[in-house]
Amino acid sequence: MSILEHNGAAIIAMAGKNCVAIGADTRFGLRMQTVATDFEKVFKMSNNVFVGLAGLATDVQTLRNLLKFRLSLYALREERDMKPEAFAALLSHLLYEKRFGPYFIEPLVAGLKDGDQPFLCGMDLIGAPVYTNDFVVSGTCTPNMNGMCESLWRPDMTPDDLFEAVSQCLLASVDRDAMSGWGAVVHVITPDGVTSKRLKGRMD
Amino acid sequence: METTTSGFSFDLCARNARLEGKAPAAMKTGTTICGVVYKDGVVLGADTRATGGSEVADKNCAKIHYLAPNIYCCGAGTAADTEKTTELIASQLDLLRLSTSTQSRVVAAVTLLKRMLFKYQGHISAALVLGGVDCKGPHLYQIYPHGSTSKLPYVTMGSGSLAAMSVFETGYRDGMAEAEAVALVKDAIFGGIFNDLGSGSNCDITIIRQGGVPEVRRGYETPNETAPLRAAYARPASLRPPVGATPVLSTLVDVFDAPQPLAL
Repeated sequence: MSILEHNGAAIIAMAGKNCVAIGADTRFGLRMQTVATDFEKVFKMSNNVFVGLAGLATDVQTLRNLLKFRLSLYALREERDMKPEAFAALLSHLLYEKRFGPYFIEPLVAGLKDGDQPFLCGMDLIGAPVYTNDFVVSGTCTPNMNGMCESLWRPDMTPDDLFEAVSQCLLASVDRDAMSGWGAVVHVITPDGVTSKRLKGRMD
Repeated sequence: METTTSGFSFDLCARNARLEGKAPAAMKTGTTICGVVYKDGVVLGADTRATGGSEVADKNCAKIHYLAPNIYCCGAGTAADTEKTTELIASQLDLLRLSTSTQSRVVAAVTLLKRMLFKYQGHISAALVLGGVDCKGPHLYQIYPHGSTSKLPYVTMGSGSLAAMSVFETGYRDGMAEAEAVALVKDAIFGGIFNDLGSGSNCDITIIRQGGVPEVRRGYETPNETAPLRAAYARPASLRPPVGATPVLSTLVDVFDAPQPLAL
């Protein structure tokens, strides 16, 4: 069993019309033992960039701190927020720098580009980027999530429809994965603001 | 420790050796890539599937990378390695052009690549098909992850290389016209897409002509497009969860420019 599956995670990012959503489960486990059910895996990096970090929990938190640090330096130097494209490139290079001793993280980046266009990007643990226009998934049940997203995603969803689609994909997927679940949180990012909802799901 | 020096960081290697038995799989580009030399240039082709194990990680990824205005490079192997290696060499070539004020030579790109790959003794798994034109004419090379290279009139790489090569071996002729060369490359990539499980989706093509601007034709042919099929049938109601379908425990609304987030 891979070290990427030590703590368990399920993260989905999905695009709608002028909005994106990113949702994750909240389980923190040690292999098959659930330790906590309020573990954060999705982080707000700026008003228009969110990052989801699936993988080894210690690296989730290390990388979150590192990204916050780099983003703060960028904001001080440039006096502006980083665009999601640049953020994804930064993250990709941070991961590839450790090509031969990687962080055990498979991250997702979700945000709004200039013109409020959705931006989605997934990566493997050494930073190979996957750019998509519809959805990206990461975690211990990617076959489940890919299957659900292929079924429920449709073009140009409103923020409300997008929330339902991501939530249903996430809840259905984690119910068939022992390593993830135990609650979920979904953030919907629009040009005007972010709506974050905690979902009611199975706790087994 | 964060440092400002360039190059790979081996900080986590000792920790990782303690943490894991075997390394987790990185994303691979199962891949069919190929190229041919024709009368006035080079044609490069690639499929667009990326895989993580047996799962399709990306249905439409770009495997033909820019190296210089007159040189492009197809990559197979570990996705991050092909991506970052070609990026690195592209920037080295850019600096070289700025200091010499001349067009990049194809052989220079090949030499930079093979020296880097040989230095890493095959641990950077990038298998490349490199094509370009310069003052000496059109050139096509294949580069293996260990740094060996061959200069050939037609080459294939990746898991679909056998399927693609079988097409080349039956269809290749010296001094083909551009249209013939493009058709042959497309057929070779289709050989990989339809016969190799590691390859799939679309066929990308880049044409580099002697004395012209390269033509990058992303999605040159898309034989596996599903969007029209899905648009053609009425989506069942069960695939459109209505608003309010998901039970919610708490809601936090963060309106930008508002004094503080609003809990509902």
